Amino acid sequence: MSLVNFTTREITCKLVYYGPGRSGKTTNLQYIYQRVPEDRRGRMVSLATQTDRTLFFDFLPIELGAISGFKTRFQLYTVPGQVYYNATRKLVLQGADGVVFVADSQARQLDENIESMQNLHANLLEHGIDVRTLPVVLQYNKQDLPADLVLTPVELDEAINFRTWPSFAADALKGKGVFETLRALSERVLRRLSEAESA
Amino acid sequence: MELNRLYRFDTFVVGASNQMAAEAARTVAESPGTAYNPLFLFSPTGLGKTHLLTAIGHHARQVAGSIAVEYLTLEEFVEAFHAAVAAGQSDAFRKRFSGLDVLLIDDVQFLTHRREMQAELLRLMGELQGAGKQVVLTSDEPPAAIENLDERLISGFAGGLVVDILRPEFATRLAILERRARDRGAQFSAGVLEAAAGPDVANVRELLGLLNRLVAFQAVSDEPLKAESVAALLGLAAASPAGAAGSAPAAAAPAAAVDEFSGFLSDVTSVVTQQVEAWRRRIGEAILRWEGEGYRTARLDELLKRDTPAGAEAAVRKFEADVERLRALETEIAALDSGAAGDAVFRNPDRVADAEALVQRAREGLAPLPGPSLLWTFEEYVSGEVNKVALRAARAVAESPGTRYNPLVLVGPAGVGKTHLLHAIGNALAGRAGAAVACMSARDFADELAQAVDGRRIESWRTRMRRATALLLDDVHLVRGLPEAQEELFHLVNHLEAAQRQLVFTVTTLPSEVGGFDERLSARLDEGLLATVAPPDRELRLAIVRRQLEARVGNADPDLVEYLAARPAESTRVVIAFVQRVLSAAEGQGAPPSASLAREIFEGAAPRLRRPTPGLRTSGLIVSPTAAVRSREKLVWFWPDSKDRIVEDLD
Repeated sequence: MSLVNFTTREITCKLVYYGPGRSGKTTNLQYIYQRVPEDRRGRMVSLATQTDRTLFFDFLPIELGAISGFKTRFQLYTVPGQVYYNATRKLVLQGADGVVFVADSQARQLDENIESMQNLHANLLEHGIDVRTLPVVLQYNKQDLPADLVLTPVELDEAINFRTWPSFAADALKGKGVFETLRALSERVLRRLSEAESA
Repeated sequence: MELNRLYRFDTFVVGASNQMAAEAARTVAESPGTAYNPLFLFSPTGLGKTHLLTAIGHHARQVAGSIAVEYLTLEEFVEAFHAAVAAGQSDAFRKRFSGLDVLLIDDVQFLTHRREMQAELLRLMGELQGAGKQVVLTSDEPPAAIENLDERLISGFAGGLVVDILRPEFATRLAILERRARDRGAQFSAGVLEAAAGPDVANVRELLGLLNRLVAFQAVSDEPLKAESVAALLGLAAASPAGAAGSAPAAAAPAAAVDEFSGFLSDVTSVVTQQVEAWRRRIGEAILRWEGEGYRTARLDELLKRDTPAGAEAAVRKFEADVERLRALETEIAALDSGAAGDAVFRNPDRVADAEALVQRAREGLAPLPGPSLLWTFEEYVSGEVNKVALRAARAVAESPGTRYNPLVLVGPAGVGKTHLLHAIGNALAGRAGAAVACMSARDFADELAQAVDGRRIESWRTRMRRATALLLDDVHLVRGLPEAQEELFHLVNHLEAAQRQLVFTVTTLPSEVGGFDERLSARLDEGLLATVAPPDRELRLAIVRRQLEARVGNADPDLVEYLAARPAESTRVVIAFVQRVLSAAEGQGAPPSASLAREIFEGAAPRLRRPTPGLRTSGLIVSPTAAVRSREKLVWFWPDSKDRIVEDLD
């Protein structure tokens, strides 16, 4: 997918929310969905199991209107976190312009976070995407839980953020840190526009 | 020219449209020659250029006290120049302007198509700027838009500060009206001047015209003028002054709820705006930069019309590479041919090929000058009574070129050794440090000139010829009947003579007796020393024969020498031919050359000749191991077989 199309004067950004199961990826999208004016958002598509866990993926299109003459559109996706849905994850990851890695801050979820981060690297590698150039931000969700249950952002940075990507503490249910994360990733993705042009 | 006393800074209304120009003008007036030099103001007519230009003059005088300021329009400048040239006082003209501290020239757009004036202004600007003196110019167009302007002037103008004055906006229009109304003691009701200032005007004069009508109307009416009636009075479309001014702030947007999505949208908008048009910005910056330096940017302008940035970066890089190439070429041609450096091709990256060709022509024009033949030296020259004056003059010229006899004209019939002497002088002069000797036949001179005219490189050809420290022209009478060549030669002679370069000519008869010869040219030749070279007398013939035989066979049989020298000969060339015939016959018979053999040749039956070896025969040119390489027409006598001999008129 091309990020910017000068012929049709369109900019399309595909952002993927990645992370272990139950870390809050869909919650992020739901919060965003609620804050986007109705005329600018598409229908949020969510395929879920009966127990309300994402089986396939969530998809939220956002129309930002014409910016500098370019019709600008964001497409937000989540991947299913559960380990056995890797094929779906790979599919969703294809053509991503940026990734939000949503980590579950609970101490007991650390291994899942690490495993999911490794899985992200593996899948990007399979798609031939250079993880060093792909815009990625981290979100440490559920920071609102009691302090003895969660790791601090510093601890989480040490555990999973070895690439020193930007990271944000969040409470997605209440919306804290949701837009900060999205803005940070969007900016990094859009900054690559001019690089894409000259390519 | 006297400065208009009304045009001062304190009578100039400054607004957003002219603020930069006014500040630049004031800076220049306060410290001439230091800040912006030259200062170039441009705008459509009636926006205050002349006012600012004059104000600079007043203020500079006020600040510095005794300071030489001259204001004049370009037309006056041109007239002054032409008058000076007509009176033969161009030096006085230059002195008049080069002594100034501040030179103010109005309306320089009239420089268009005036190459001579452009060159003069370029020279004057260079001189004034070099001396730290201020130059201020105004025009109704930016420098690059003035048609047919020397590119060096364009960059010269752009090298200081080029600033434009825009049409006055509402606030300035109102301020101008208020100021002028006050100056005229006119009082208006509230809102009247605002209404008059409402409509856009092309220039300040138009605005003052409106004021005149208001003043006139108020003077004849009983009641004070009302704001509502201004539009009708002035024939303007009814429009609220503020609205017409375009300065009314847009209705304040309702306080937008600064929610999270708005923040996000605003972020995205700013980044996209920055990024998505990055290529256009890049091109825009390149256009500004190169246009500022006086280069044509049509190619970049075309790029901006595209929808996609594909290839834009590469195109900009190519453009910049072309500009670099043009700069290199311009530098090179400035050294080769300064006149060509101002050519517009050096500022047009779309014409690099033309620029290359121009430089190539200039390079060709600076090909080495045709030098003298190394084999014709003073040592080889056989002197006698008939040529001793010419030889002495030639040696004097070789010792002190340009000062003793200039020009030196060697007069004598064909074959008496004028060419030898000419080349001998050339060789002696060429040995001097820094010498560039042009030694050629007049026929070659005319041919080269014709080629230069055909190849449109006459300027570089002239430059090349004028580099010569000595011009030695053989058979100058050959340019008779060729008016262009004579004209060119006349100017070249003048130029070289003025620069005290040595001139030497050979001619078969006295210059004044050569038919079809430009009188001015023959007068120039007559002014020099005419040294006659007469046909060889017996004494000289003896010497020549002796020298020839000794050079070729190592000894000279006295009888043979005596016999050959006794034969009548009109030129040294014929004497040499006698020797040559005897030597060839002797070689054919395998016998030494002798008087009896000579008698047999010249008085009895011709002896059997041996064919020369093929290597020695060329198409009319014979390379003799001892003699010089000589021109075709002068060497036919070397041809041993009379049947093959080409006989040409050597006149």
